[in-house]
Amino acid sequence: MHELSIAMGIVDLAAAQAAKHDALVIEEIELDIGCLSGIEMESFDFAWKQAIKRTILETATRKVNRIEGKAHCLECGCYFDMQHLYDSCPDCNSHFSEILSGKELKVRSLVLPD
Amino acid sequence: MCATCGCGPASHDHEHGHDHTHQQSKGKKVIDVEQDILQENNLLAQRNRGFFEGRNILAINLVSSPGSGKTSLLERTLTDLKGELEFAVIEGDQQTANDADRIHATGTKVTQINTGKGCHLDAHMVLHAVQGMKLKPDSVLFIENVGNLVCPAMFDLGESERAVVISVTEGEDKPLKYPDMFHSSTLCIINKTDLLPYVKFDVEKAKEYARKVNPSLEIIELSCTSGEGMDLWYDWLKSKVLTPA
Repeated sequence: MHELSIAMGIVDLAAAQAAKHDALVIEEIELDIGCLSGIEMESFDFAWKQAIKRTILETATRKVNRIEGKAHCLECGCYFDMQHLYDSCPDCNSHFSEILSGKELKVRSLVLPD
Repeated sequence: MCATCGCGPASHDHEHGHDHTHQQSKGKKVIDVEQDILQENNLLAQRNRGFFEGRNILAINLVSSPGSGKTSLLERTLTDLKGELEFAVIEGDQQTANDADRIHATGTKVTQINTGKGCHLDAHMVLHAVQGMKLKPDSVLFIENVGNLVCPAMFDLGESERAVVISVTEGEDKPLKYPDMFHSSTLCIINKTDLLPYVKFDVEKAKEYARKVNPSLEIIELSCTSGEGMDLWYDWLKSKVLTPA
């Protein structure tokens, strides 16, 4: 259940940002969570509800951008979609690949009242 | 926040001040944060890494599911290599100091971290553990993580190597079921090979699956009960220890 640590990390990060802008409430938070980041969305949703209780994010709308996994084959050079870390290159079947996207785990933006 | 020193997020603030605000219609403002959620952990991990590198300490993060034999592997290693290498151990468990007691019995310096309800160690916990240990230069530090094949994968502790242990009493498809851990590890130890005659564990399949997830993963088969294969592990360990110039 590392999703709870992640959700609590988001709360800390958002609270620090809001304090910097003298905001008492956050209206919206936008997150990038890659499909290969190791986050189980069902667990994350469950953890999120607990983590935001009585925090500055309690009433915020949460927007999540799921970033698709993309990889570059180091053997034949082709680019392909990666659903799982164990997916091989569809062209040459090699497992030697470089992940280009899908590992994202970040707070993209906040919307604060003016 | 921190159970050890009581420091909160404010005392570990590593802001870079890159945010930009945009005025939105109807009295709202949008702030571009663009910050990695694990940034705080990753910064502390790099701080640990710098500390280890500066003292030529080989830090190994040992990860596995509960019961795969991490502590037994350490007990045997610490006993067999006593006098050859200088060791210290950080033990991570939710509760009890049982594992630290086992390590202490080998005569090795050990610190126990109890995570309470936490399912993994993080760089902050290791930072505080290390502060109290007076680690010797040119030594090996084993960090035995909480037995869990999922959560510890995401948390860099500042280690030089991450070794994942699986045992033959588990399923050989563990690497496919828990790919994040195998993907982020540099060494895979297949333990309890003395039990192979009694269990349906296909070693070759397990290795194939592990290499599907991580083609550059090194794999060592051993049994810390019979001692079979331990020499390979010791050779690997010694090859990673940089001899002081």
